[in-house]
Amino acid sequence: MPASALSPTKYKLFFAFFWIVWAAIHAWVLQEWGYSFEASWVDSAVSNMWLAGISLLIITSLRYYLPRKESFMYLSLMCVGFAGIWLGCTKLTIDYAADQSISNTFNQSMPIRFAIALLISGCVILLSVLWYTLEDQKEQESRKSEAEKMSRDAELYKLRQQLQPHFLFNSLNSISALVINQPGEARKMIQQLSDYLRSTLKKEDHMWVPLSEELQYLHLYLEIEKVRFGHRLTAEITNDSSALAMKLPAMLLQPIVENAIKFGLYDTTEDITIQIYATAGDQLLTVTVKNPFDPEISQPSKGTGFGLRSVQRRLSLLFARNDLLVTSATGNIFITQVKIPQQ
Amino acid sequence: MIKAIIIDDEPLARNIVKEYLQDYSQITVVAECSDGFEGVKALMQHQPDIIFLDIQMPKINGFEMLELVDHPPAVIFITAFDEYAIRAFDAYAVDYLLKPFAKDRFDKAIQKWLNMRNDNTPQRFSPALLETAAQTPLQNSRIVVKSNNKIKIIPVHDIQYFEAADDYVKIHTPLGTHLKNKTMQYFEQLLDARQFVRTHRSYIINIQQITRLEPYEKENYTALLTTGVKIPVSKTGYMKLKQVLGL
Repeated sequence: MPASALSPTKYKLFFAFFWIVWAAIHAWVLQEWGYSFEASWVDSAVSNMWLAGISLLIITSLRYYLPRKESFMYLSLMCVGFAGIWLGCTKLTIDYAADQSISNTFNQSMPIRFAIALLISGCVILLSVLWYTLEDQKEQESRKSEAEKMSRDAELYKLRQQLQPHFLFNSLNSISALVINQPGEARKMIQQLSDYLRSTLKKEDHMWVPLSEELQYLHLYLEIEKVRFGHRLTAEITNDSSALAMKLPAMLLQPIVENAIKFGLYDTTEDITIQIYATAGDQLLTVTVKNPFDPEISQPSKGTGFGLRSVQRRLSLLFARNDLLVTSATGNIFITQVKIPQQ
Repeated sequence: MIKAIIIDDEPLARNIVKEYLQDYSQITVVAECSDGFEGVKALMQHQPDIIFLDIQMPKINGFEMLELVDHPPAVIFITAFDEYAIRAFDAYAVDYLLKPFAKDRFDKAIQKWLNMRNDNTPQRFSPALLETAAQTPLQNSRIVVKSNNKIKIIPVHDIQYFEAADDYVKIHTPLGTHLKNKTMQYFEQLLDARQFVRTHRSYIINIQQITRLEPYEKENYTALLTTGVKIPVSKTGYMKLKQVLGL
């Protein structure tokens, strides 16, 4: 929604000033033609108050609906329509409120009044269209540069994601520890780590994948963390069966679960449970991640860091909405909820 | 007998050190800890000769842990990846091992330390080196202190002001005052200069706490904090404040 053409105070003042001058000219012309002072001013005040009102209506309505370039027909009709409305309103007011002589002269000069109203509403329409088109362009440009910046950030983030040095080296170290005494476990972990890395590599940001695939991938990730941290980590993944086929942007949940692991597992010493559940709504997939955190040490809501921010940005880029990612904390449980509209 | 302690939050990572240590009958692992708090306790209880220390751990990291110990033993750092740390502990740790590490690399580290021990090379940290090393990004946002044998983590934004007190610095927070064995200079360098200003030789103020500046004698000022405390501001301190506050 562009800002109204009349939102800057400067333009408001200009608008008011124009109508005062215009009304004065109107009254002056009528006086020159031999009307009494009072009649001229009543006529001018009623006509121009309505005309100013109609102009405001035009400016406001074009703010909410700006016709595309081709619809000059629509604009012309709008122009005639508004001039007609003005004529009707003004006539009724004058008939009702002013005395007979003023009303008579008004009726005689209706065609020329209509022509002037047509001209003025035409001008207001043109100026409004010009203003709102420019505003629209400005907004589009800033959106474009924002989108470019975001794609740069996303690229950087992806690079970091692929590297994930801490996760990778620590996992390799765990494998190294398992090799002698639990070779079977070691082999299993190598398998999981490979599968995990492979799916990281092959996924593109613009891809949409079914929830089942994304959950499988999170499962792998959590299994690896379970080996690293032994009995401390329990992961519960539950879902509506109808949710499995619903789609979501690839790797969207990854940073959320990573965040949960970071605050839930890396920053605490107790046994923890990370809960992930997916529910299917009406054209809406909702995924909720719950993790404990240590309120004394970290405030995940404050330092959401790059992970959650990137999710937020991706969602607003994809759906033009900012309400799809919601985080909250109750006691020592941090809840992240993401909603994905289905297309 | 040589006493060793392993401090790492991942059990498997501790196992691997224990396994490698089996070849050294003279070294006994007296404790295993899974976070820095436990580490501090175990260090005080056992007075080990050497510790194997992970950097990234829950609650407080390895550097913060060492800061809390009065006479840290020899340290071999074991870490996965710490771009900030590697450079720094190069300077003074006995050695550092990057996960995953092989047996011969581990042996080399132990051998190095055993040689140093025999030669009586000083193995203790110099506090100054520890300070540079400990400046990981985390340290700009929180300060770890020990009071009454309890470890406290103070978020930096909760701090009202720092006050010099002989060899210590008093850290004033809404929940009380803590002492830390550091210099004013250390904090001045560590903290974000846009938030903390050294207004006086003996004071560093959190500028968000200032409600008013009042002239006091000639060329000097006092800063009134939200808590009602008055802090002296020297002439140069006033210039710095003006700059930061954009006056």
